[in-house]
Amino acid sequence: MAAVTSVGEAPLAPSAKRPPGMQAGRRRRLNIFRYVVFTIFGLFFLLPLLAVARFSLEAPTKLGTWSVTAWRQIASYQGTGIPPLLSSIEITLELAVITCAVMLILLVPTMIWVQLRVQWLARTIEFLCLLPLTIPAIVLVVGLGEIYVKIQRISLSALMLFWVYVILALPYAYRALAAGLTAIDVTTLSEAARSLGASWFTVIVRVIAPNMRAAILNAVVLTTSLVLGEFTIAYLLLYTNLQVELYSISRNTPNASVLFSTTLAALVFTFLLLLIVSYAGRRRRGRG
Amino acid sequence: MAVATTTKTGARPSWAGRRPSAPPWVGTVPFFAYLAVFLLWPTGIVIVDAVKNPNGAWAFSNLSELGNPLVRGYFIGSFKLCLLSSLTGAVLGAILAYAVASGDPDGVIRRLYVAVSGVLAQTGGVTLAFAFLVTIGPVGLLFHASWYFDFPWGITLIYTYFQIPLMVLVFMPAIDGLKIQWREASENLGASSWQYWRHVGGPLLLPAFLGATLLLFANALSAFATIQAWENQIAYIVPQQISTAMSSEVGLSNVNVADLLALGMVVMVAIVMTGYALLLRRAARWLR
Amino acid sequence: MTSSPMTRTQDGAARTAVEVRMEGLSRHYGHVVALDRLDLTLQPGELIVLLGPSGCGKTTTLRLLAGLEDADTGQIFVGGKDITRLPASKRDMGMVFQAYSLFPHMTVRQNVAFGLRLRHVGAAQRDKRAMEMLELVDLPTQADRYPHQLSGGQQQRVALARALAIEPQVLLLDEPLSALDAKVRAQLRDQIRRIQLEVGITTLFVTHDQEEALAIADRVGVMREGHLEQLAPPTEVYSRPATSFVAEFVGLSNRLSGEVRGGNVIVRGCTLPLVEQDRPDGQVVALVRPEAVTLASHDAPGSGPLSGTVIAVTFLGATSRVSVDLGDATVLAQLPTSEAATLTAGSRIVLAIRPDPVLVSADSGPAGAAEEEA
Repeated sequence: MAAVTSVGEAPLAPSAKRPPGMQAGRRRRLNIFRYVVFTIFGLFFLLPLLAVARFSLEAPTKLGTWSVTAWRQIASYQGTGIPPLLSSIEITLELAVITCAVMLILLVPTMIWVQLRVQWLARTIEFLCLLPLTIPAIVLVVGLGEIYVKIQRISLSALMLFWVYVILALPYAYRALAAGLTAIDVTTLSEAARSLGASWFTVIVRVIAPNMRAAILNAVVLTTSLVLGEFTIAYLLLYTNLQVELYSISRNTPNASVLFSTTLAALVFTFLLLLIVSYAGRRRRGRG
Repeated sequence: MAVATTTKTGARPSWAGRRPSAPPWVGTVPFFAYLAVFLLWPTGIVIVDAVKNPNGAWAFSNLSELGNPLVRGYFIGSFKLCLLSSLTGAVLGAILAYAVASGDPDGVIRRLYVAVSGVLAQTGGVTLAFAFLVTIGPVGLLFHASWYFDFPWGITLIYTYFQIPLMVLVFMPAIDGLKIQWREASENLGASSWQYWRHVGGPLLLPAFLGATLLLFANALSAFATIQAWENQIAYIVPQQISTAMSSEVGLSNVNVADLLALGMVVMVAIVMTGYALLLRRAARWLR
Repeated sequence: MTSSPMTRTQDGAARTAVEVRMEGLSRHYGHVVALDRLDLTLQPGELIVLLGPSGCGKTTTLRLLAGLEDADTGQIFVGGKDITRLPASKRDMGMVFQAYSLFPHMTVRQNVAFGLRLRHVGAAQRDKRAMEMLELVDLPTQADRYPHQLSGGQQQRVALARALAIEPQVLLLDEPLSALDAKVRAQLRDQIRRIQLEVGITTLFVTHDQEEALAIADRVGVMREGHLEQLAPPTEVYSRPATSFVAEFVGLSNRLSGEVRGGNVIVRGCTLPLVEQDRPDGQVVALVRPEAVTLASHDAPGSGPLSGTVIAVTFLGATSRVSVDLGDATVLAQLPTSEAATLTAGSRIVLAIRPDPVLVSADSGPAGAAEEEA
């Protein structure tokens, strides 16, 4: 038996294969810095929330004592049929799904297409996507009034809010998707796919998008968070979503702490949802 | 799995020998159409309405309202607040972003803080005002900050609560773009940490930092509801009054003056966003 | 050599090269052992190339020397001084990275002068020195350009100028040519060697490309899995490999079964001397270089253990590589093109093996190992 061996193979790209280590001293200093920062900021973000929690546990009649009345009242209601809170949660979740879907369908193909064929439009698109961040919700509502009157002739459902929610989500979603796009070589992938006979639809949906999984997930996370927390536009357009419902619950009870418990409930719910979704997209580590 | 149906098969270069077809930018039409209807048109309506009087006739005299000292005071105050909160948010957010970015890209801490940022960047309005009120307001859990109701300190603090997470979301990609070789090369050439940031890291991040700060500024401009709730010292009024306050802020009874204020804001925003776009071009070249 | 600006330090004294000694260096990442008690000494002014596949520890060695990472155990001495605990910024070494290391917001001139600026050298002096360095690497006209305006090869030359500007004691190069085109690679490689000799600086060069290693090194260190398999001048590494890994990593090798008898190995009817003379008798696998496989003389028998059919002929310029099917084995021969010119697939051919010393190993290798195209 004879065989011929060849020279060692060259790596394809000059990227580091394993994370380079760091000098011990510098790593130590960096870690101290990081943990100090995380603690300080963690406290800053946590304390107001804790204060809200504390007040949400106040008994309605006797100040200074503890009670979970405020929390129980979130779930309770008088009447028949589906509890309004549950239905508003359902509507809002559906709204989140629709908004994410429309956002992805609108943004992903457009951004890929622009990167491939119409690069001169990239700046314009980036600018437009950042605009919603800067235009006040109230301005938008005033302008949207007319449009929504027309929409309401077709459907009265709160789900119609998705039209404007997609706009609101653009700044966050665009950034997340843009980060994902720059990390992959869109041109080469699409040329390879096209030369094999793929249609543009295939290129976008089956070749490029799967390589942007993390970025897409990120965009979905941010959009969901936005939808779950949106109040102003829904309220002023006279729709009922989760935040509006929580708000009206808090208005209709004499117990002030219900406002706190509802606030906190919404925040915690959103946060947990986001964390779960972000873990769902975790890159699977080596299988062996 | 076979590729989707297509009329172009084989290894022919994709753009060779096609029938004359539509120019590539046609592919972006759906995107622009959507934005035109739900973003540009409402904004346009507001701008146009601002220079009309309630009868619908053109009344550029409305613009003279901008000379009104009350209106001017409002804008200047708004400007001061936004500047302060965006600078604070930018600096603190940059520090936090660096702390998060310098860790494990797939680790728990990064996911946590990105999820938290996603949630908190959207908060605002009534809930936030409440939260701070019960933390450091008159009946505050932590302590009573006597400066809480002084403009602009209390409200600035509230603003940073969502400015910092927004900064983390917007600025972290830039930090990720710093190549590790630059750090190692400067160390090798004899630079201390401080010298690295002063000569290399700082200058490279500056355009992105300024751009993000501008974005924060524009975001602050558009956060109406928060300041309203704060000004009305919600601890002493029933939540009912918030909605009245909000409606009157929009001035649905006197649409045009409200439009004018909105117009003033949109103009400020336009200036800011242009500056942002220019800065981003610089940053993109180095950090991509 | 004595008149070049590089060989004089700032105050005009002649430079002396330093010895670099690494003793017992170890480094692991979790369970992975990157370096296992490595001992390596670089003589003053010597250029040692560390060669090996990915993950063999060559880059780790370089980074430990640079101070960019800490060793778990071991010591490093430069010029007799123990620098093991010294941070990277104080080690007085110049490093050229594989790519992307030039500061994009500075011009070429500013990049090269950066190290001097950190050392508080005056502006005029800095500039003069930077231009000297740029002349050394043949890029004086590009001084006011930005890195993104230069080609890959030019960028690496600037990186070299920047590393040398601070007059380091040791020069470190981490696969500096890997990201470049083949033609540029060869030119730059020779230029680096020329400059290194002119300056006389002790240098450690890391690469996975054996051609680079053999072309420029004073000594080559072949590494594998954290160990140094062999450290010797290029000719020795090539013609007298210490282990079968070295024989197979450096250059091509035919693996042919044979029998050791009395200090020689009999491979397909040819008697070849052994590299290790005192090998016990027995069945082995011999590693035969393709250039040692030649066409048999005209009066050789038409059949026999070294006769077979040509599978393919690969034209390489001055030489051609011919793969031959011997029935129960495949062999690669490297022949002068003039001899191989008449051969085509299917030609009958008889080979001979030149009696160069060969390395053998008891390992019979994977059964039916396919021939790999280089």
